[in-house]
Amino acid sequence: MIRLYDYPLSGNCFKVRQMLAWLGLEWQPVAIDFHPGKAHKSPEFLARVNPRGQLPVLDDDGFVLRDAQAILVYLASRYDGEHRWYPDDPALRGEITLWLATADEITGTASAARLHDAFGYSLDVHAARRGAHALFRLMDDHLAERASAGGKWLAGSHATIADLACFPYVALAPEGGIVLDAYPALRRWVRDVRHLPGFIGMPGIFVPLPAA
Amino acid sequence: MSFAIQDPGLLGSWLVAGPLSALRAASADRPFRTGLLGREVALWLSDDGAVRAECDGAPLFAQGRYGFAWVCPDGRPARELFAFPEFDEPGRRIIDCGPVGVATSGLRVVENFLDMAHFPYVHAHYLGELPHTEVTPYKVDIDAATDEIWATDCRFWQPRSSAAHAEGSDAAYVYRVMQPFCAMLYKSSSRAGERDAIGLFVQPVDETRVIAHTLLAYFDDTSSDAELIAFQHTIFGQDKPILESHRPQLLPLEGRLETPTRADMLSVTYRRWLRERGQQYGALAADRTAALAATGSAA
Repeated sequence: MIRLYDYPLSGNCFKVRQMLAWLGLEWQPVAIDFHPGKAHKSPEFLARVNPRGQLPVLDDDGFVLRDAQAILVYLASRYDGEHRWYPDDPALRGEITLWLATADEITGTASAARLHDAFGYSLDVHAARRGAHALFRLMDDHLAERASAGGKWLAGSHATIADLACFPYVALAPEGGIVLDAYPALRRWVRDVRHLPGFIGMPGIFVPLPAA
Repeated sequence: MSFAIQDPGLLGSWLVAGPLSALRAASADRPFRTGLLGREVALWLSDDGAVRAECDGAPLFAQGRYGFAWVCPDGRPARELFAFPEFDEPGRRIIDCGPVGVATSGLRVVENFLDMAHFPYVHAHYLGELPHTEVTPYKVDIDAATDEIWATDCRFWQPRSSAAHAEGSDAAYVYRVMQPFCAMLYKSSSRAGERDAIGLFVQPVDETRVIAHTLLAYFDDTSSDAELIAFQHTIFGQDKPILESHRPQLLPLEGRLETPTRADMLSVTYRRWLRERGQQYGALAADRTAALAATGSAA
């Protein structure tokens, strides 16, 4: 049985929930009181689940893996028989890995600003927002370039774990006081991800209503 | 006094200023600091456990109740803090879902809390489901003794009314507004015949930024605390971006900018009640509303 140490407002947990849904896998949540309880920093959690004190953590029949991006690579490699989400192509895997690293930087900036505004985390929110804007400009340029060549996604010809890994904290950025108006290609990409078949959404990111 | 409050709507109100748990880790030398009405307030517990609060070195009337620190911004509490008997009722689980910052007027957060019509759209699969959109008639009264708004006989069909509900149910709701920034909801519990209580206590950091405190007083024999909080955060997290995208951010009280429907009787009453109290903080006053309506810039 797959169990996910989960918190509903976490974009990193969303990445795993969405991957599990796209792969059609059954799973059980283990609710963690991330806020206000900071249960992911409790001695028990650090000792038993994740010494880094972060969510999500996946437990697949005893194989325990932390880090959203690592979990996406694992799930897609193990359960995606069509190699759609993590294609078996050297150049593409290189590009995807680059975006998985970018996803971590988005967590460190856009997600941090949201934690500041919503949960009162004490951090330099101006630096976090500046960092997010720098990343979003880069992504916007990249996506605009891809679009001019007929591409929609960060890497390859269809959506991959690169798109999923980068998606939630871009979509949730306004909750951290980061306005996306200046990034038209990035906003179009957010819309395209939301309209992928089987998109489940999360609090703050709505599933599009079916076309009337 | 240090806030120089002129707002008749706030005079004598008790404003929430943070959870008592945050004050337990503080002291007079290292107080818990938080934002209230555009100022910084320092809070701590005295040796006898009483809440102490200061703004710019001037002491404020303060008390600890229902797990939270409350301060009276004008120094002259007009009345006791509202009653919340369910808080002390044996058998109820009291769970503080934690502070959540929201970038809008606190009056908008309360008004949204009082609204059932948005359930099937914003809280699909939880508090509502298309095509069950009907808000059946309910009663709204103002309690003459306490000046609280009570909405009774509210019903709504809900696919998953709480963390402990495994299937859809016709949920009965009672809403109560105790103060401009404080409301309660009583709804059918997963324990038959009982009502769960949810308190929404909004701390106005300034006119368009608030910290929302949600407190559960629940009968729930199955869910963990983390599961109850996860459910509440899911619901609040769905409301949050919508609350933050409302323009104007301040709540219009005159009813000219936003036209309510019959299902919004509670909202209409809330806005009228605020108007009659002379509420200004977080509200769009009549002259500003008229100016916005004339220029069309509220759209």
